[in-house]
Amino acid sequence: MRRFNIPHKFEFTSIIQLYGQWIREGKLKVNSDWNKDLKIKFTVQDPCNIVRKTLREEMADELRFVLKTVVGEENFVDMVPCGVNNYCCGGGGGALQGGFTEERRAYGKIKFDQVMATGAKYVVAPCHNCHAQIEDMGHHYGGEYHVLHLWTIMCLAMGILGENERSYLGPDLANFGL
Amino acid sequence: MTSPIELDDLECEFKEEVLDKVPDALLDRCMTCGTCTGGCPASGLMDMDPRKLLRMVNLGMDDEVKKSKWAWVCTMCARCVNACPMKINIPKLIYNMRGAWPRDKRPKGIRGSCDQHIRAGNAMGVPTDDFIWTVEDVAEEIREDQPQFKDMQVSVDRVGAYMAINQNSREPVTEPDEMGPLWKILHLVGADWTYPSVMWAGENYCLFLADEEGWRYIMEEFVDHVDNTLGCKVVVNTE
Repeated sequence: MRRFNIPHKFEFTSIIQLYGQWIREGKLKVNSDWNKDLKIKFTVQDPCNIVRKTLREEMADELRFVLKTVVGEENFVDMVPCGVNNYCCGGGGGALQGGFTEERRAYGKIKFDQVMATGAKYVVAPCHNCHAQIEDMGHHYGGEYHVLHLWTIMCLAMGILGENERSYLGPDLANFGL
Repeated sequence: MTSPIELDDLECEFKEEVLDKVPDALLDRCMTCGTCTGGCPASGLMDMDPRKLLRMVNLGMDDEVKKSKWAWVCTMCARCVNACPMKINIPKLIYNMRGAWPRDKRPKGIRGSCDQHIRAGNAMGVPTDDFIWTVEDVAEEIREDQPQFKDMQVSVDRVGAYMAINQNSREPVTEPDEMGPLWKILHLVGADWTYPSVMWAGENYCLFLADEEGWRYIMEEFVDHVDNTLGCKVVVNTE
């Protein structure tokens, strides 16, 4: 809209900013108690579009605030580099649909290595392109990690994740809280 | 014998064309330091990298530049411009390289998704009625199976809702159950929200295709619907 100068009356926000706001306001009662003993490690992908290309540090910080609240600060491991300087997953810009599969996978090897270096069992990817690409990298290069949407782990932490909403969880959490 | 390049005689039509559209791409400023290339995951793929590409643009190698498939391998992630000491906007160069391809020669997958979005309001081409049916069906199942959410409201086009929320079309089409967790969170916080029925999808393949007209059309339709039909105060991007 900024690009085309289309006048609009509404404001734009991201669901991640709302999650953060609702947690601070106490409306969203979520915490990391569920992971206190399990100590399952999580990392996060910074989607280029909402981090480097738009809200930058503000979004990177908010994303980590939400995720650390849900999985526990001690169970969060950042990639190196991260935030505004994180690498693109390699699935963006239409690459997943672009047809240059070999190049897309070579590109994504950097992301795969970053994920593996964290030792995390779960990668939270708050963007569909990132989600699909990081999952494909795991299958292609033989990673043991799982890729999650943020809402999955939030609902799991609140004990409200339904039986049929668990397709991205690994065997360790597949039945957790049911 | 190799002769020196006469800089005064160079014709760099493509560079001028791009700079006309985006003067702040600053393509002339490159000092060839290579910071872009050092931090680019696409460096070396197809024997290309950002610095080399910029050299080619600045040397007027327009034919080679315009037919380079690397334009579709770079993801326009903007790590290069983020690091560039001269703030040269290589992603905007790539966008314009993509746009220089005849539309019917651009990658079929991206073009198809953009066409579907223009036609149906989402990149997977789901008819609006099917989207609404899926949303209602999944919501009903949650209300029945999970007593805690028996009052959970999910709506499409509820006029006057405070928030309009978009949804990547992959969910309703290939993994409808993935919508549930988001709705439950919205229910718990008492959010006043609705899905718009027009251009409801969160993705944007026309941007990736560099289809300026298609992209603009999608945005205009969306803004008009949210502002004038629904009157939502906030649009929430879910990815």
